Amino acid sequence: MILLLLILVPFVTGLISFTWKHGSVKTWALGASLMTLAIAFIACAANSQAMLVYNVPWIPSLGARFWLFGNGMSVVLALLTAIVFPVIFISQRNKPVEDAHRFYGLMLLSQAGLMGVFLAHDLLLFYFFWELALIPVYFLCSTWGGERRIPVTFKFFVYTFMGSLLMLAGVIYLYLQTPGRTFDWDTIRQTGASLPAFEQGAVFCLFFIAFGIKMPVFPFHTWQPDTYEQSSTPVTIVLSALMVKMGLFATVKWLVNILPEGTVYWTNTVMVLSVIGIIYASLLAMVQSDIKRLIAYSSIAHIGLMSLGIFANDPNGIAMNGLVVQMFNHGINITGMWLIVSMIEQRYGTRNLRELGGMAGSAPTMAIALVIIAFANIALPLTNGFIGEFMLFHGIFQSENPYHITFMVLAGLGVIFGAVYTLNMVQKVAYGEAKTAVVVKDVSSNELFGLIVIIGIILLLGVYPKLLFGIMG
Amino acid sequence: MMFAALSVKEKKTFTLLATLLLAVLTGVNIYELVHIMNGEIPEALFNGMLKYGSFSIWFNTLMTGIALLYVLLCGKHIEKVGQHTGEYYALIFFILCGGNLLSGYSNLLILFLGIEIISIPQYILAGSDKRNLKSSEASLKYFLMGSFSTGILLMGIALLYGAMGTFDVAKFNFMEHSVDAMSLGGILLIMVALGFKVSAAPMHFWTPDVYDGAPTPFTAIMATIVKAALFVAFLRLFSETFGGINQHWTLVLAIITALTLFIGNITAVFQQSVKRMLAYSSIAQAGFMLFAVLAVNATGFKGIIIYAVAYSVATIGMFAVLMKLKDYTYDGFNGLGKKHPLLAFTATIFLLSLAGIPLTGGFFAKYFVLTAVLEQGTGMMWLVIFALLMAAISAYYYFKVLMAMYFKKGEPELAMEVTAGDKFFLGLAAAIIIVIGVAPDILLAWLKN
Repeated sequence: MILLLLILVPFVTGLISFTWKHGSVKTWALGASLMTLAIAFIACAANSQAMLVYNVPWIPSLGARFWLFGNGMSVVLALLTAIVFPVIFISQRNKPVEDAHRFYGLMLLSQAGLMGVFLAHDLLLFYFFWELALIPVYFLCSTWGGERRIPVTFKFFVYTFMGSLLMLAGVIYLYLQTPGRTFDWDTIRQTGASLPAFEQGAVFCLFFIAFGIKMPVFPFHTWQPDTYEQSSTPVTIVLSALMVKMGLFATVKWLVNILPEGTVYWTNTVMVLSVIGIIYASLLAMVQSDIKRLIAYSSIAHIGLMSLGIFANDPNGIAMNGLVVQMFNHGINITGMWLIVSMIEQRYGTRNLRELGGMAGSAPTMAIALVIIAFANIALPLTNGFIGEFMLFHGIFQSENPYHITFMVLAGLGVIFGAVYTLNMVQKVAYGEAKTAVVVKDVSSNELFGLIVIIGIILLLGVYPKLLFGIMG
Repeated sequence: MMFAALSVKEKKTFTLLATLLLAVLTGVNIYELVHIMNGEIPEALFNGMLKYGSFSIWFNTLMTGIALLYVLLCGKHIEKVGQHTGEYYALIFFILCGGNLLSGYSNLLILFLGIEIISIPQYILAGSDKRNLKSSEASLKYFLMGSFSTGILLMGIALLYGAMGTFDVAKFNFMEHSVDAMSLGGILLIMVALGFKVSAAPMHFWTPDVYDGAPTPFTAIMATIVKAALFVAFLRLFSETFGGINQHWTLVLAIITALTLFIGNITAVFQQSVKRMLAYSSIAQAGFMLFAVLAVNATGFKGIIIYAVAYSVATIGMFAVLMKLKDYTYDGFNGLGKKHPLLAFTATIFLLSLAGIPLTGGFFAKYFVLTAVLEQGTGMMWLVIFALLMAAISAYYYFKVLMAMYFKKGEPELAMEVTAGDKFFLGLAAAIIIVIGVAPDILLAWLKN
């Protein structure tokens, strides 16, 4: 029942937002997202598995059920989704939005879709939510954002829609192999594992293209920097902090677990692609002058490390735990990063590194926040990023893959590059001479609140990561 | 209806009369259906030339129901086409009659009759806007090419009669008579003729011109109810009668399907007018419906029911929105989202359904026909993946309309006032699509076996 509420609350409040005529729709949306957050906390505190299941028949003739199930990873990601939305709503409160009721309605609907993806335990239901999360985001990206937003979003949409359709072929194929025709996760898993290796490999391809596009993994990443750059900040946050996790999460739950032999067959290919993605994106990030593009590329590099972790296959499963921690932390850190970027853009009217400088003098609070979030982004100890990245590397090091050391070294190179471009950005933005005569105001109280939440989580989990392990169980 | 044209003068009366008649017909069909569900077996009509089962009656119910929705949505536009409103409605009822024959035929002669009763009114309706040259061209083109395909159909039936010695499909026995050139030739000719009627490539060339030239309200019925009825005939003939020897014709039909999908989708991308785009999209959608025929199993029958309803309701709704506008190009839709939010919103649902996005009926339509084919084994996997790639392309041209409505600025001009009734029925159509998208079982519960 708790899980159903996690989806239902944003869905219903989102629909109501569309017809919202009186009062402030911003307050309504904020209230709705806080309610979802409260429910997510209850879900995290739930001490019995029975509380985290919701299972009713949906389409009996197909054997599809409306089945929600929360285990460690899905609850962590649901929590992340529940945290990010109120933070967005609070810190963007003072920014005027055209057509506010539509904007907030679509935002809440996308939250419902994301929750569904993380909680669905039935393959058809999962597919439904997978697409449902996309449609509101399509409208969000195309309506609010930069000048080139419409063609850029369309590219993003066609990419992901094509991926989803290929996945549909895989879904139908698996479904037809199940005894008694059902979509539930356990049966699908048994069926998938019993398929011959060749078929597992083929179905793996169909699924992985869909998930790889969402992550994005090299070479499916080309939609990502453009879309991040052109979307408005709240939507960029949804895309980079949450939707990217859909791909990673789905790879673990609906791919690696279901098609073991197919996974073995494709492991090295995916790992090589991930490593290429890390190096390639890091190098590109170093030469960007637009901060948004820089962070977009750095995000590709981070995702590359996480997908490496999925396929590390170490005997103790450390990499997998590291992945969950890192997914959560990356979501928090990148949200903070985009909030700062949005503040910079609002105040200076530019995102170009060459035209920025001296922020520490005029807006010290912002500069301090930027430094802390940047440190978390490059995984310095005492910040949350450290523990996740450490576990991922530890897992890859223990991996049984014959090339694991090579992968690790190359991925480590990505971390070094990461420090280079992130610190370079901090230096150019916060320090040096101020390039413009614009009088820069420091953070407003709303923005400050959002930053405090983010930084609070960064430091708390940096010092006491056990909180997160507690939820993971 | 035909005689009403003699006595009634007021145009609106015809629409009212048609609405009432369709409502009564739907009621009668449901009554019949309930009896069948209770285990009664309806007796065969006309010496066993017409046999109705739960599938046929349920399809007839849906067809009349959709026709009712069609009259409610498009009635005012039918009145505007020309002087002879009574005749237009009479012809539409003829089409329904032909559809009823097609869903229940058990004899190739009835099949032929049904197809002709459906086709001839269409030739007239296509040319009903006599002052418009394009309309007359459409009618003539359709008539000439339609006559050819009729000839081919007759030839095919004659060959089969020669091979089997009977018109009664129940008595066809391909085991006894070895499958010889004569019956295979007959099957092929029938396939070509039916392919022409459902606008499958490469027999599709008439479709864009006819759909574009015909008055829009009549395009709406030609692209939906007519097509669905013809597909039911196609499906019944090839699954029930020729299903046992499908190894002989599957490959040909698979190639036709692939071509239909390819040509329909690729050409639709380049259209400037939404009406013409919908014509090509109807070719593309026919490609998906052909999957149900290819499958030769019970899921195919379920698929065609869901496909027929989801596709017909969405297309009729889309045409109803289109008819409200003055300008049929994509630019005509610019800014509709701001000006007429409800019109734009319902159009969005229709387009999402046509593109096959989950939560709309279009998703389950595609889902069922593709599942039906894959149930027969993985031999058709290549075609399924090809079809899905084509579906991704179809999103391009459907979303172009969405982009015009919501993201471009403009002042859309309306050809006709949008009344509260229009809004209600458009909303109803959108609701039907969502309901099918969430619970497709309500359409399948009425099927036995």
